[in-house]
Amino acid sequence: MRNIKYLIAGAFFGIVLVKSEVISWFRIQEMFRLQAFHMYGIIGSAIVVGMISVFIIKKFNIKTTAGEEVVIPKKEFSKGNIFGGLIFGVGWAITGACPGPLFAQIGSGFLVTFVTLLSAIAGTWVYGLLRERLPE
Amino acid sequence: MEFLKQPWPWYIAGPLIGLIVPILLLAGNKPFGISSSLKHICAACIPANISFFKYDWKREAWNLFFVAGVVAGGFIAAHFLNGQHAVKLSADTTAVLKHQGIKDFSGLLPNDIFSFRQLLTLRGFVFMVVGGFLVGFGTRWANGCTSGHSIMGIATLQWPSLVATCCFMIGGLVSTWFILPYLIKL
Repeated sequence: MRNIKYLIAGAFFGIVLVKSEVISWFRIQEMFRLQAFHMYGIIGSAIVVGMISVFIIKKFNIKTTAGEEVVIPKKEFSKGNIFGGLIFGVGWAITGACPGPLFAQIGSGFLVTFVTLLSAIAGTWVYGLLRERLPE
Repeated sequence: MEFLKQPWPWYIAGPLIGLIVPILLLAGNKPFGISSSLKHICAACIPANISFFKYDWKREAWNLFFVAGVVAGGFIAAHFLNGQHAVKLSADTTAVLKHQGIKDFSGLLPNDIFSFRQLLTLRGFVFMVVGGFLVGFGTRWANGCTSGHSIMGIATLQWPSLVATCCFMIGGLVSTWFILPYLIKL
């Protein structure tokens, strides 16, 4: 039951993704064609708000609801950031969806995108299979 | 309530998405990120003795609840907040896509690509199955997606996330300008 709060946070995220049209294939096309500010505004302002929030948490040493110190996991650099990033970018423009919007598309009634999700799961699985043979 | 039913502008939606970063941190020290859920689904359903999927995914169950919430949120927005409508797309993008062969502009996704009937065509297969595969394979290799790297990672000043985000953009630009025109014509 302690996971219910994450379900609610996810629902909040899903609503915003649909209402701001981030789940729209058209909006992603428009973004990569540099023909509208909409998507850049969303990602940019999300980063700024996230940054300020983390700054405030650190500055005032705000604890989690369980009273723990807030810990931010470190992202280690790997070549995968580059190669995987490029591959994901290609896929993002084709499907018009990064993983978050993919889940929201399904919920909002585009049931066929469940196939896209299954294929993304398959892609993740194949990565796991080939991992040791790929440059890290 | 009327306001909620209109499409939300970027300066409302972006900050709301940004707030998920502190919400998850304060709710239980969870880093914002979606693509890990795909890994946990593999670990839970098809681990197949691959070492990458041999870990206690139940400890990461929060992430699966989070993405289940995203599906529910999509449902709520579409059914109660008027979330299904044509996009007020830039005239330039509309013109280019029409020229490339997209006919249906009535919803958030073009029906002439994303539908069950299209799935049986080469074009539908490439857009949904091949595209989805690249998203899953790429995000896992990159160790994160738009939420984990571009938002969470950059907001916490981690340079590998900035590198990853630049690569997302380069991949997307190349794909949009040089690959998609051919894929749409399939």
